[in-house]
Amino acid sequence: MKLPARQRTTRDLKSLQSLMTATLVRPLTRTNRLQGRWTDGRTMEAVAASFIKPNDRLTSFERLQIYARCYWFRLLDSFYDDCPGLRAVLGEKKFMRLGEAYLAKYPSRSFTMRNLCSCLEKFIRAEPRLTAPHTALARDVVRFEWAQTVAFDGPSRPALTADDIADRPPTRLRLGLQPYLSLLALDYAADEFVIAVKKEGELSGDASNTPVAAPQAAKLRRAPRPKRGRVYVAVHRHDNMIYYKRLEPAAYRILRALRAGRTIAQAVAHVRGVTPENLGAWFKNWVELGWFCRLT
Amino acid sequence: MPANRFNAFTDYGIGIGLRVPHYRHILERKPVVDWFEIISENFMVDGGRPLEVLDRILEQYRVVQHGVSMYFGSADPLDRTHLKKLKALVKRTKTPWLSDHLCWGSVDGTYTHDLLPMPYTFAAAKRTAEKIRQVRDYVEVPICVENVSSYAEFHVSEMTEWEFLSEVVELADCGILLDVNNIYVSSKNHGFNPYDYVNGVPHDRVGQIHVAGHTKFEKYILDTHDHPVLDPVWKLYAHAVRLSGVTATLLEWDDKIPSFQEVHDEALKANEFIDGARAAKKPAPAAASR
Repeated sequence: MKLPARQRTTRDLKSLQSLMTATLVRPLTRTNRLQGRWTDGRTMEAVAASFIKPNDRLTSFERLQIYARCYWFRLLDSFYDDCPGLRAVLGEKKFMRLGEAYLAKYPSRSFTMRNLCSCLEKFIRAEPRLTAPHTALARDVVRFEWAQTVAFDGPSRPALTADDIADRPPTRLRLGLQPYLSLLALDYAADEFVIAVKKEGELSGDASNTPVAAPQAAKLRRAPRPKRGRVYVAVHRHDNMIYYKRLEPAAYRILRALRAGRTIAQAVAHVRGVTPENLGAWFKNWVELGWFCRLT
Repeated sequence: MPANRFNAFTDYGIGIGLRVPHYRHILERKPVVDWFEIISENFMVDGGRPLEVLDRILEQYRVVQHGVSMYFGSADPLDRTHLKKLKALVKRTKTPWLSDHLCWGSVDGTYTHDLLPMPYTFAAAKRTAEKIRQVRDYVEVPICVENVSSYAEFHVSEMTEWEFLSEVVELADCGILLDVNNIYVSSKNHGFNPYDYVNGVPHDRVGQIHVAGHTKFEKYILDTHDHPVLDPVWKLYAHAVRLSGVTATLLEWDDKIPSFQEVHDEALKANEFIDGARAAKKPAPAAASR
């Protein structure tokens, strides 16, 4: 891409911004430097010098590199904070390699870094070599950790009360589930694992700042990787605190059916071995937790 | 009475940034603070604890919104979804003004989450001013644009940074959030006199001032917001207040955040310079009696 010598239009501005963005989002070398060559074979020194002025202390390359490092350190820092469980599954080195590969494939597409890990499970599924031999566990842990993000600040709708749904025929009653509620069928007990590795009371700053170094290994509690075993988990919030709740397989299936738009009668029709008392208790509890809302 | 044309909040006092590690202290002890600045994006969410905390803060304190991702200087058009969320937050907080940076940081929907420097060209100034006007017209509150600290300059620039800032705010007819720490950092990185910068901007447009700490490296300075304010920055602040009049001032401390009290005490040091500016404006008693 050759930039115009003078900028006269918004298109010229866009050309410059596109080039600079492309240089920043390109992965750094192992020593956190800009790569030596640009995509067209030119040296990075030449590319940087084509649009950035040097000064008496720093070359154009070095000045561009400050921004590239800030970009990668900032995003990796956020990735690091968002995924303590995945970090514990993979170990620090493998986790950081995964993070770099993931962010190279899926740079941020949102104004907030809250959404940085929204494609992570998809990426792990597509690139299992990066998490082998713990890919299945890694996927479950990522799903659980993303569900926590959704539960933290996802949207909510007015909760239905018992009175709202009383006297409505189950054959016609369809219930919405709160958007912040995630229903997970996991092959590993990722819920207990993540809770075990998280340091209690860990807080992170969330304002704009300039990171000066790549994230350093933070202390995590050591927790053995869980053994394979199916669990069903609801991740939700109550009084704006995040909770997770184990579900019976039948309860999970009912909730999934409701989320798919089935009536209550349809949702419970194929569930075996559950007494009407159990069903009643589950629904009472779900109403108390505010999980039900009107369908949109 | 406003200290200048764009400063309707001369007496807003000294604020600090609302940060997670201080939530408990603020909510439980309710310390006296003139106002809090929030990062808009942290509360442009759909629900949950962030909004609950914000509502509790709003019951007790005045809040001003400060954004980090509007990217007035990006060539791309404004993101309507972003604007809608911002406007909803403006209605919630009743922020008296809104600030964001004179920078860019995204292209075609890819976000760097950085405050990248502008090429100081007339074309870029025109485009940036257009976008500032669009945002102001949509959110319906006054806007102040903040100068960023920078580590690189572009060959294509046609003017100094302060000339560019002045050009943009005149074209957009908006206010300035003058960050004196950013001016200091950039002056060291690019070799200009920071007083030329402060002298060169339209003082009647300065609606807010930021102070902060930074980190010195061998060949450059980074704007890290992880230290107390350094003396040269306070001196620059004093100069800015003398020129612009008493102005709502905020201390930014975003990393290695110490106790609430330490941050607030650091911010309140600004009073010394504000008092100096007020004293300088008052006529001498003998002259007043004539």
